[in-house]
Amino acid sequence: MNEVRQNPAYTEFRPRWYRAQVSTWWWLGRWSYLKFILREISSVFVAWFVAELLLALSALSSGPGDYGEFQDFLRNPFVVATNVVSLFFVIFHAVTWFNLAPKAMAVRVGGKRIPDLWIEGPNYLAWAVVSAIVAWFLLRA
Amino acid sequence: MAETITLEVTRYSPEEDTEPRLQEYEVPLRKDWVVLDALNHIKDKVDGTLTFRWSCRMGICGSCGMMVNGEPKLTCATFLSSYASEGRIRVQPLRYFPVIRDLVVAVEDFMTKLGSVKPWLIRREEKPIAEGEYLQTPEQLDLFKQFSMCINCMLCYAACPVVGLDPTFIGPAAIALAQRYNLDSRDEGAQDRMDVLAQHEGIWGCTFVGDCTKACPKKVDPAGAIQQYKLTATLDRLKSLLMPWGAR
Repeated sequence: MNEVRQNPAYTEFRPRWYRAQVSTWWWLGRWSYLKFILREISSVFVAWFVAELLLALSALSSGPGDYGEFQDFLRNPFVVATNVVSLFFVIFHAVTWFNLAPKAMAVRVGGKRIPDLWIEGPNYLAWAVVSAIVAWFLLRA
Repeated sequence: MAETITLEVTRYSPEEDTEPRLQEYEVPLRKDWVVLDALNHIKDKVDGTLTFRWSCRMGICGSCGMMVNGEPKLTCATFLSSYASEGRIRVQPLRYFPVIRDLVVAVEDFMTKLGSVKPWLIRREEKPIAEGEYLQTPEQLDLFKQFSMCINCMLCYAACPVVGLDPTFIGPAAIALAQRYNLDSRDEGAQDRMDVLAQHEGIWGCTFVGDCTKACPKKVDPAGAIQQYKLTATLDRLKSLLMPWGAR
């Protein structure tokens, strides 16, 4: 395989090939490419939420004073804005993940492949149920 | 409808040019003409030096894949009339492939990758011819038939940004064809292929952009094949971790 990747020298029977360079901005020209890059970037925001959760747990374990400070940190407009953007990216990440599930799982019933919705549906349903439980837990007071 | 349409065609002569250039040709805008007909018209009547690959004219041979207005297309199945409102059609060689001349690309790298996944029936032991054929039910055929429709036209490679960014990536069609044999009830070579496929250059290079499936003129769904194989490879890895004593 290595042999053919090198640009062979010009010969009468094997003229030199032209290889186009891939532009640094290749992902801007097409919506599906941009969507893919945004999906990859979403991992940064997922990591941010994980870090925030760990900070919250750490503040909670060191007492009410620290937790109060952490809450003040969360009220900072810049942090609120970051969290809103992060929420958008995390939801985007989750949706692309659930949409991938039926592509990866070729489940057959009675010799026929089941519709994508049968695999996507329960994923979205489970997501909604877990979100509802968390919301109830947080908002019940 | 205008009577002619402009074709902007990539020209590259390795003897004279350092990089490709576009040349314009006016061709009749006939309702029944595809882009390949227009290219053949240019070659016959206008400029005999234009070089491109084609063979069957009916979407079977997979030779006439080119970029048409930036999209990977079989030129034998892409009608001029679809672009009548735009007034011009840009025809370029398949993206990410080295160009040999004009619209002809080098396919050696693809052929090597295709061969590396052993796209043929592998048997531990061949049974004697006297015992007859390897039989298969329609249900067993149905499991892999979709992936067997691949015509090696390489449009999926031109659609995949990973192919452009990482030249070692085995690519959509080769992985889909590996799956075609993995899922065949007559085949016993899945483990051999896993050594090639379950690598970074294999399925894990794929980031699921999904454009290979959109570009495929045969509805093979290479993106689906790769995601399904990711699941197979992960389960196999888990199984070997949990049950290391199990024979491979």
